Amino acid sequence: MSSQIQSEDIPNIAKDIRVKLLNMIYNAKSGHTGGSLSCVDILVSLYFQILCYDPANPDDINRDRFILSKGHSVEAYYATLAAAGFISDDELSTYGVFNSRLFGHPTKKIPGIEAASGALGHGLSIGLGMAIAALKDNRKSRVYVLMGDGEQAEGSIWEAAMAASHYHASNLVGIIDYNKLQISGNVDDIMKISCLKERWNSFGWNVIEVDGNDILALIRTFEELQQNQEKPTLLIAHTIKGKGVSFMENNPAWHHKNPTEEEFKRAISELESAKE
Amino acid sequence: MKPPNKLSCRHAFTQTLTEEAARDNRIYAVTTDARGSVTLNDFANQLPDQFFELGIAEQNAAGVSAGLGLSGKNTFLCGPACFHSARNVEQIKNDIAYSNANVKIVGVSGGVSYGALGSTHHSLHDIALYRSIPNISIILPADFEETVLATKFLAEHDRPVYMRLGRSPVPDVYDGNTRQFIFGKANILKDGSDCTIVATGETVAYAVQAAELLKEEGFTTAVLDVHTIKPLDEEKILEFAEKTGCIISVEEHSIYGGLGGAISELLACRKPTPMKIIGFQDEFLPAGNSKELFLYAGITAEHITKQTIDLIKTSK
Repeated sequence: MSSQIQSEDIPNIAKDIRVKLLNMIYNAKSGHTGGSLSCVDILVSLYFQILCYDPANPDDINRDRFILSKGHSVEAYYATLAAAGFISDDELSTYGVFNSRLFGHPTKKIPGIEAASGALGHGLSIGLGMAIAALKDNRKSRVYVLMGDGEQAEGSIWEAAMAASHYHASNLVGIIDYNKLQISGNVDDIMKISCLKERWNSFGWNVIEVDGNDILALIRTFEELQQNQEKPTLLIAHTIKGKGVSFMENNPAWHHKNPTEEEFKRAISELESAKE
Repeated sequence: MKPPNKLSCRHAFTQTLTEEAARDNRIYAVTTDARGSVTLNDFANQLPDQFFELGIAEQNAAGVSAGLGLSGKNTFLCGPACFHSARNVEQIKNDIAYSNANVKIVGVSGGVSYGALGSTHHSLHDIALYRSIPNISIILPADFEETVLATKFLAEHDRPVYMRLGRSPVPDVYDGNTRQFIFGKANILKDGSDCTIVATGETVAYAVQAAELLKEEGFTTAVLDVHTIKPLDEEKILEFAEKTGCIISVEEHSIYGGLGGAISELLACRKPTPMKIIGFQDEFLPAGNSKELFLYAGITAEHITKQTIDLIKTSK
């Protein structure tokens, strides 16, 4: 964690990351725009106030772990890892270039990335293994796994949910980027996942709901979770898909759509003018 | 055929793993309601802090194993080969192999070990599947002794491996004098000049017996135990292809994509050589115990002998 960063500065970091991820997607002509924009505030809250890590020693055994189970939001992840010092800003421009280290989904080629992801429904199980290892070793490491809402249809998530409460993985935090949209439309029209809170509660998890685009609320919630917990925690982060760019917000077409030159310029202009 | 060992290769694995894990607390065993069929009960009782039961949930078990492996634990994910080569393949490909997690997948009761339980419980596809995933090796020990040595190797190895073991005790191929397991290097069990029989896993014993029958018929046949199918000992197979002029492969696997497939790909590209593949045809099998199914597939010393003589006669 970059200790010099004040929580008041984080919204501007979030805006920079949104600008960078749009640049990556526009230049590569490929990416997942809406879901990347929706989860930026969650990423910055974690990386700049909550997670313990050292970019100079990314394999430090005592670090906290973060896994992007919704691996398709990789552009937001790369831009966050650059802001956190794991990779250079220059490297972000290699996204979409042949033989770049920056694949279209996370890989372990990048320092700071704990596991390859991109096939949905995998991250929580990997995170549970890491959480169990930390508990066994009496390490204070905590494990955060960011999932999608459409991803909740994957059965393996519920296998992991069951096992995490069985093993009292109190150091495991699952987060759902609940933007209510997936590639084909409204999540509940594709596969009804409503009653998420009740479902996770019934699997033995502590469940908290939060505005997932409110950085201060996110930080406050994550800090509370750092206190002693008895159960794994699931954070339902209510977000807006495409957050920060008016014409991308709440429109499932932007799940995997690339902006035209005109759309790109409008988007950047909106983000720049909103900077504090 | 010699009588089988008193104990199965599963026991060789779990006894050795328990000894190794007692010395090295980084060794973890993970299973999916299969501690009995893997024979992990002693491990679970003696080393409860290094044992994880994850219930009948193979996908999660593979993901959790990856997380343990990525956190410094030498993790052995153990369960029936049929499930741990199908139900959780995506987790094995991405979370273990692609992420380079220190996980050994140990599939027990492999091949047709479960016999009459039917094709849901057979794993005649597993070698083909694991061969096609990068960064994961494949080991099939031939007998008790070789399983002990392979397990000792895995206790020191820090990369993904799939090891398949059978369910029932098998005859000893190694008598205790041939104490050698070199990862990726085939063992020469018999030398010869007329043909080479290349076998893996439980079929090695049949290959050795066939070579003895062939000797009575006047042929000298080499036998290679390919305990490591991936990486394949290419140089030794090419050497014996050159030396004996024809090769016959034997495996408890589909004739597609297994040991025979690997050797065919090698020889077709580097040294075209007359060859036969003995294994299971491309079909779901009739009901039968494993011995009956071996007979059905032609995995017997007599059938291997007959096929070898045919091959020698047609290729020379």
